[in-house]
Amino acid sequence: MTSALALPREATGSLPLPRLTTVELRKLADTRAGFWLLLVIGLATAATSAIILGWSPDEEMTFQGFFSFGLLPSAVLLPVLGILSVTSEWSQRTALSTFTLVPARSRVVIAKIAAGVLVAIAATAATALISVVANVIGRAIGGDGSWHVDGSLIWQGLLLEVIFVLMGVAFGALLQNTPLAIVLYFALPMVWSLLGGMIKGLKPVAEWLDINVTTTPLSEVGMSSGEYARLGVSVALWVLLPLVLGSIRVLRREVS
Amino acid sequence: MIAVENLTKRYGDQRAVDDVSFTCEPGTVTGFLGPNGAGKSTTMRMICGLTPATSGSATVCGVPYRRLGNPGRRVGVLLDASAQHAGRTGRETLALAALTMGLDTARVPERLTRVGLDATAARRRVRAYSLGMRQRLGLAYAMIGDPAVLILDEPANGLDPEGIYWMRGLLRAFADRGGTVLLSSHLLREVEAVADRLVVIGGGRILTQGDKNAMLGEAGTVVRPADPAEFEAVLKRLDLTGTRSSDGTILVPSEPEAIARAATEAGVVLLEVRPAGAGGLEEMFLRLTSTGGNR
Repeated sequence: MTSALALPREATGSLPLPRLTTVELRKLADTRAGFWLLLVIGLATAATSAIILGWSPDEEMTFQGFFSFGLLPSAVLLPVLGILSVTSEWSQRTALSTFTLVPARSRVVIAKIAAGVLVAIAATAATALISVVANVIGRAIGGDGSWHVDGSLIWQGLLLEVIFVLMGVAFGALLQNTPLAIVLYFALPMVWSLLGGMIKGLKPVAEWLDINVTTTPLSEVGMSSGEYARLGVSVALWVLLPLVLGSIRVLRREVS
Repeated sequence: MIAVENLTKRYGDQRAVDDVSFTCEPGTVTGFLGPNGAGKSTTMRMICGLTPATSGSATVCGVPYRRLGNPGRRVGVLLDASAQHAGRTGRETLALAALTMGLDTARVPERLTRVGLDATAARRRVRAYSLGMRQRLGLAYAMIGDPAVLILDEPANGLDPEGIYWMRGLLRAFADRGGTVLLSSHLLREVEAVADRLVVIGGGRILTQGDKNAMLGEAGTVVRPADPAEFEAVLKRLDLTGTRSSDGTILVPSEPEAIARAATEAGVVLLEVRPAGAGGLEEMFLRLTSTGGNR
């Protein structure tokens, strides 16, 4: 009856974050949905190179050309993986076992964010690798084949991938429903862009808050500080705000 | 060791769990009984820190669940066998649990075999699993960290008779090695064979709890009189009330010997007199839970 019968106490520290991040990374790819999504992203990235090799004028066959175009599929589709990583815990009801093994839910959220960032880095690196191969092929078939790439483009590309993956994670955490999160992730910024374009009075606001507009300079050489400021404001609205609200929702929601 | 003290959960005005207290000791299996919606699952979710309690507390191994550093190594939990990702294989599901607990995934195949899932089943996705297979996977999931405590919500659901028999043996052996088991069910007969203690809940409240054998002993006597009207008179003299069953027997809340003697003295012929045992306990269970539900 007394606690004297309780088993010897272990340290009551939490599970290490690198381990939880590894688990979350593995969960991104070990389901049928996750596996196919990653495969489609890989194939689509290779296809961008194939399109340039097949149909572009020879002078556009440069490493920079392959890389910039190659980032597009992952920028569009990786966020869906980010959404699924959170929403599937609720739709597949795995939150029950996840939070039973890791009662400190905030650590699961942090691990999911870390896994998202790592996947974005990996996707950017894979795109660079595919671009190298494509450029070698391009040289062989008479393309320009220039290896010159502006450094800013590499890490601005990385930033683009990270922003959109985290926006996906944020929408997933906030809405906790797969179809709803995917639809709103794509539709809301689009609607906002349309409104910003149609209504003149909204234009000054849209310049700061339309994430489709503020992320465009990321694919151009050397972003200005003004462009960074606008990007920061729109990221705060579209990524940080839903991420904070979504995390609070994940921490508070009753699991059943 | 599980200790639940005055645990209460209110949803609005409704008390899903109302002032529930019980203890599960090492080396015992505690059957947690109650009809659907009695508050069993809510109580178990509160023990596991998944649902915040309105008031009261629960500890596992002496600490609140959420403060167990690596709970999987201390407590095995199976709250819902269907709550696994349908697109993951059985093997991958266990591997993720092992990785989270910091264990080698090499133990996974053997653990799957132990619960009766062969290599073919291990490679299949959970979507293709029957409910019985999911329960087996859930048990392997709960036990992969070699915990000292098991918390299982309706684990016999979907298992075939052979599977239920197997699970009883597994839980009995676990408790005999010093483990603590809390096992819920809405079917008394399911837990009767394996439980040492019973906690009966209805309408969110504890209706009765105690040692199973003592409760079985209290359950009463089944009597089949040759003439029910004559036997009624005997009961009146003993100041007892019998409960008639559809098969012509009468359940009397008393010892077999006392009833037999009283009947003999009155010259009433009895065709059958036996301790009610599980049947009586079920009778009591139904009586308790039906009133409990209407409170």
